[in-house]
Amino acid sequence: MEQKLMTGNEAVARGTWEAGATVAAAYPGTPSTEITENAAKYAELYAEWAPNEKVAFEVALGAAVAGARAMTAMKHVGVNVAADALFTSVYTGVNGGLTVVCADDPDMHSSQNEQDTRHYGRAAMLPILEPSSSQEAKDFCKLAFSLSEQFDTPVILRLTTRIAHSQSLVELGEREEYVSKGYKKDAAKYVMSPGFARKRRLEVQKHMRALSEYAEESPLNRAEMADSSIGIITSGVLYQYVKEVLPQASVLKLGMTHPLPRRLIEGFAAQVDKLYVVEELGPFLEDTIKSWGLAVTGQELFSPIGEVFAQDIAAALGGVSLPPLPPDELPARPPLMCAGCPHRGLFYLLHKHKLTVTGDIGCYTLAAGPPLSAIDTCVCMGSSVSMAHGMEKAGHPAHKTVAVLGESTFLHSGIHPLINTVYNQSAVTTIILDNSTTAMTGHQHNPASGFNAKGRPAPAVDIPALATACGVKHVQVVDPFDLKATENALKAALQFAGPSVLITKSPCILLDKKAQFKPYAVGPGCTGCKICLKMACPALGLQEVPGRAKAKIEAAQCAGCGLCAAVCPSGSITRGEA
Amino acid sequence: MMNETTNILIVGVGGQGTILTSRIIGHVTRAGGLDVKISEIHGMSQRGGSVVTQVRFGEKVHSPIIMPGTANIILAFEKLEALRYLPWLKKGGVVIMNDQRVDPMPVIVGSASYPREIIQKIEESGASLLCVDALAKAREAGNAKSFNVVLLGLLSRYLVFAEELWLEAIEKSVAERFLEVNLAAFRLGRR
Repeated sequence: MEQKLMTGNEAVARGTWEAGATVAAAYPGTPSTEITENAAKYAELYAEWAPNEKVAFEVALGAAVAGARAMTAMKHVGVNVAADALFTSVYTGVNGGLTVVCADDPDMHSSQNEQDTRHYGRAAMLPILEPSSSQEAKDFCKLAFSLSEQFDTPVILRLTTRIAHSQSLVELGEREEYVSKGYKKDAAKYVMSPGFARKRRLEVQKHMRALSEYAEESPLNRAEMADSSIGIITSGVLYQYVKEVLPQASVLKLGMTHPLPRRLIEGFAAQVDKLYVVEELGPFLEDTIKSWGLAVTGQELFSPIGEVFAQDIAAALGGVSLPPLPPDELPARPPLMCAGCPHRGLFYLLHKHKLTVTGDIGCYTLAAGPPLSAIDTCVCMGSSVSMAHGMEKAGHPAHKTVAVLGESTFLHSGIHPLINTVYNQSAVTTIILDNSTTAMTGHQHNPASGFNAKGRPAPAVDIPALATACGVKHVQVVDPFDLKATENALKAALQFAGPSVLITKSPCILLDKKAQFKPYAVGPGCTGCKICLKMACPALGLQEVPGRAKAKIEAAQCAGCGLCAAVCPSGSITRGEA
Repeated sequence: MMNETTNILIVGVGGQGTILTSRIIGHVTRAGGLDVKISEIHGMSQRGGSVVTQVRFGEKVHSPIIMPGTANIILAFEKLEALRYLPWLKKGGVVIMNDQRVDPMPVIVGSASYPREIIQKIEESGASLLCVDALAKAREAGNAKSFNVVLLGLLSRYLVFAEELWLEAIEKSVAERFLEVNLAAFRLGRR
């Protein structure tokens, strides 16, 4: 059998393909993005980028109801967006199998909060599988489709960043020739009006009971008995950490963390002297186990915040503590907008005009840090526009406030807030940063980019026409590298009496094939005023000249965008050799 | 042949090419018949931030993550990042460091200063340090961008795998038009 090094995400895509699924839909979100990117590479698998996770979930649910095997993937906060569909899909159940992949991000490597998707299992009443390696990511993904069909429910496959983005060996299998079950009209199952829903609620109760029984016997959950003085219940990547530092301990590895196998856990507890739970993001397993009256230790030893690492387990249970890490007093290296980023000039202007800026989710959040310091809020997808509207209704001056969001985020959840500014009559200025890609997650196409998930041409949403159709009377498009024109357009939008939309349109520099990359240089006239440094460009810095500091440009990094030259008061920055 | 797991921490600045390096190491360890796990963080950190890739290989590897104080080798693409991750190095471990300084934004805007005497600090920690101007060697090979493969050549001196395995892995991992430059860069590093 061929073995391949794969990330957990690649393995989930492979598992989806091997299971014979034919439909995959998602919106990008770290750490889940590469699942659908890889799914799109399989010819037999239709894969799409939907405008948001709710749409993607409903597409996958529709495909499953029609009889196909379908997969949808999202990051943990995407589950919140899809939750409306998720909760009721448990009532309708499926026809072909539906696997819902959710990637949690403990320690918020690329997220705005920490969430534990396991709670959705309990709240929405559906099963949750948790792989601990890429091999299991593939195997559990395939199993999720058949469990989904067996128990007539969507199944959540829960990853964390360390599973999604770690590579380990996977045995490749053949693709199952899954034959679509075909659609059968069944209003009592698929129309969730109160009368039908009450009956389906009873079915949910039944299948959850059946799943609890399945959990007792399933190979997903296994006791690895060794030294009986310590017994550890764990799941996911934490299982690997436990095996690494406590190879002698008895371990109950849970591949299914909802519903829990009560008899299996009680039996395991009875065989060990001291029972522990090793889990991240708080006491999900522990609370349930304690509710059964078992003595178990977990959260007293491990923090509910951030990741739990092998060394934490070694220190808590193995008595082996590593010397504490010295405090990191070195200069931090925060991520930055790239040299040549089309967003930079706009944020320079927003900072210069001391505006209140409600921000959103995307690369532009990087403008929150110094020296730009040009973002006031960042909460969730689309919140920029609605929060600016709310601030205005609270009396915050409209001509001093703008909402900024990328075109992909706008199409994800910014349209309804924009309609709200028209309907409920505020004067919010919405700035849509259109760089023709979903950049932060690694450049995925979106409904305005002109291409689909398979890279084929697709119709592009006309954003100015959309804003106009929503009822916005002042809509303007500018080139953000033309700083003067952008500043004038900004002023005009702020002064407009009603809601206004300003679209800054220029492709992401990492994708801009027409970009010149002819570097600029600092000439001898530099007065050392440091105004150019306020651009927060990674290609700009200071050189230590005796007497006074002067600006310098790292030619290898400079993308030749010319924004620094545009703001230089002495005209000392020019293209080419100084 | 190798009962202990080998831990290699690759550190640098987002965009420097650490990911290609770990991919090549992955191929080499597989060709050598070993179990391997590689872990990296994507997303925000790609945009010029501090980046880390963890490579672990041996007979059987459980955790994809290297514990502090257990890395056999730190392969640093940038000097400040070498210093930042020094606590992850095993006592007496090896630091292979590209002699390049990339100022982070707090240094550019003057709110922090770039640490001085990084070489001395690493040597004083008891690590054996190999500090090389990989950019210069890469230019010698024909393209400054191949400095990551020069560093890989340096790394290969400390690992047991035969040269052919490395060359095959590079062939599998880089585009054909860059192959010659990368093979030359590797050899310059390995020598």
